[in-house]
Amino acid sequence: MADPILKVSNLRTYFHTKAGVVKSVDDVSFEVAPGEILGVVGESGSGKSVTGFSIMGLVDPPGRIDGGSIVFDGRDLVGLDDGQMRRLRGKRIAMIFQDPMMTLNPVLRIDTQMIEALTAHISISNEDARQRCRDALGMVGIPSPDERLKSYPHQFSGGMRQRVAIAIALLHNPELIIADEPTTALDVTIQAQILYEIQRLVSEHNTAMLWITHDLSVIAGLAQRVAVMYAGKVVETGTVAEVINRPLHPYTNGLIGSVPSRNRRGEPLAQIPGMTPSPLNLPQGCAFRTRCPKADEACIVQPEISAPLPNRFIRCFHPVEAQEVIGEAVSA
Amino acid sequence: MSDAAPIVELRDVSKRFTRTLDVAAKLANVVGAGMREETVHAVDGVSLAIREGEVVGLVGESGCGKSTLGRVVAGIHDASDGALFYRGRNVAGQTTAQARETALKIQMIFQDPMSSLNPRLRVAEIIGEAVKVHKLVPRSEFNAYLDDLLTRVGLDAAYKRRYPHQFSGGQRQRIGIARALAVKPDFLVCDEAVAALDVSIQAQVLNLFMRLRGDFGLTYLFISHDLGVVEHLSDRVVIMYLGRVVEEAPTDELFDAPNHPYTQALLAEVPRLDTAGRKFTPIKGEIPSPLDPPSGCHFHPRCPHAMDRCRSERPALKEIAPGRLSACHLNDQA
Repeated sequence: MADPILKVSNLRTYFHTKAGVVKSVDDVSFEVAPGEILGVVGESGSGKSVTGFSIMGLVDPPGRIDGGSIVFDGRDLVGLDDGQMRRLRGKRIAMIFQDPMMTLNPVLRIDTQMIEALTAHISISNEDARQRCRDALGMVGIPSPDERLKSYPHQFSGGMRQRVAIAIALLHNPELIIADEPTTALDVTIQAQILYEIQRLVSEHNTAMLWITHDLSVIAGLAQRVAVMYAGKVVETGTVAEVINRPLHPYTNGLIGSVPSRNRRGEPLAQIPGMTPSPLNLPQGCAFRTRCPKADEACIVQPEISAPLPNRFIRCFHPVEAQEVIGEAVSA
Repeated sequence: MSDAAPIVELRDVSKRFTRTLDVAAKLANVVGAGMREETVHAVDGVSLAIREGEVVGLVGESGCGKSTLGRVVAGIHDASDGALFYRGRNVAGQTTAQARETALKIQMIFQDPMSSLNPRLRVAEIIGEAVKVHKLVPRSEFNAYLDDLLTRVGLDAAYKRRYPHQFSGGQRQRIGIARALAVKPDFLVCDEAVAALDVSIQAQVLNLFMRLRGDFGLTYLFISHDLGVVEHLSDRVVIMYLGRVVEEAPTDELFDAPNHPYTQALLAEVPRLDTAGRKFTPIKGEIPSPLDPPSGCHFHPRCPHAMDRCRSERPALKEIAPGRLSACHLNDQA
């Protein structure tokens, strides 16, 4: 595999609130290579979105990056000033958000918004800019792009709006795209269309992609590698097939067991007891300790990253044994 | 179970929403603006019988009318056409006492527990209000009844003095469930009841639904866009597209051998855990606007098998095998 374009090491993004320090992202490390899709999976509050925002330099006070490095193409993004970050953002690193209605300006036509995104980074004649916008819309599968350029966001359906957002992200042919739950708000058939376009574009353009989602099953079909997050930490990484078929961290195992299609119909789901702890008041040591079936006294100390199997990294003292894996492996 | 009388039956139920013209539009029409009243056929001639003890999953994408149908069943909307029967009784011609009984016996659980719980009431008031109003429990047993309910839905009885904002999403959904159960219903309409929850919490609530079904002898109409959830929970599945039922079948048969092209497409596109490295091959096109649905079969513009007949003639929902219904012209050809 090619050298990674993005290398996040020991990233810590803390929010210094009146009630205390919220360690949204706490010692997170991962890499993404060109042409690769890395899935970041976690439940609400696991820090997956804040990880994405940290890379984009979009963490607002009281949050700030308190440690670690985000090396993009050989340069550390932590500590770049606003101007330097602005030159990267939208040009070499782009982001796609969950709700395209929130990210498109409702009072501007699509062409205005797209041309603005172009001229922010390069000087280009109006005619050439239009041509590039047309091409970008065509590329994401929007029919009759010429007319659609003159439309307003509310004239598009949800799926079409998300395509526009993707087209804007692709305008400068970025080397890294961060996608934060881009298909969560969409219907199943529309989600499949978007996933299809993404899959095609990433392989055509050799783009690196960070796909943030709560839905393991979307990742299963899309990404090559996955990082599972819990309470601000990456608890397990590995290739998608390995992690899903042979989870090593008890949280991953429980998460997979919670998916209905992994269970026999009508039988109780293999649930994880309890609920996600408050980020202000995490259990000492391993944050999953209080919900974990395998926890013991050793877990009061935060486990370091270990590799019980080749190329499989977890933060756990008690990896899941083969016979404890919930649900059958790849079924017919 | 199959020969039991239906607990809830819909006969050819339609629900239309019409935007009437305001004064300005009427004036504009006088000078020839040609503004018309717009009607959405949210539910278009749906017949469905749900038997006692059954879990029926109702699946469809946004705008297919599944929530509207659920609200008609729960008595929140009245049907524009057709009739709703509860235990063989037409709800349109009930006496006041009967109407009250039906309203209590059919309860609904909503998607977003934050917007369906009054933020200014304590949990005990939220759950107990209807119980007090309808005098379902003697006053001396009221507190014990509340505690028992809370325990059964997996909440600590000590929480009943708290307000909804003091709970997490999953706990709030449990409060919503306890509120529905408090009036001793026998039929629950669950409208996307687990859609807003995290996967691990969703599993807990689904398990709760299954346990309560046994504990209280409940019948469910389980509305969801999530085929995985519906497959796991339901005995029978109904698929809707743009206001019409396109297929109805026992769960196993539907997932093993879907008949309608829309069902086939839907099943093919559900992301599953065991599809690592798959290529997504989507069906073409968007869901059409329910304001202006396509002629004939509503699915024909997106259907890979569409023929001339599909463009002009609405396919009837016909029995293709015992217990299996499908609305597709392709079934006439074989």
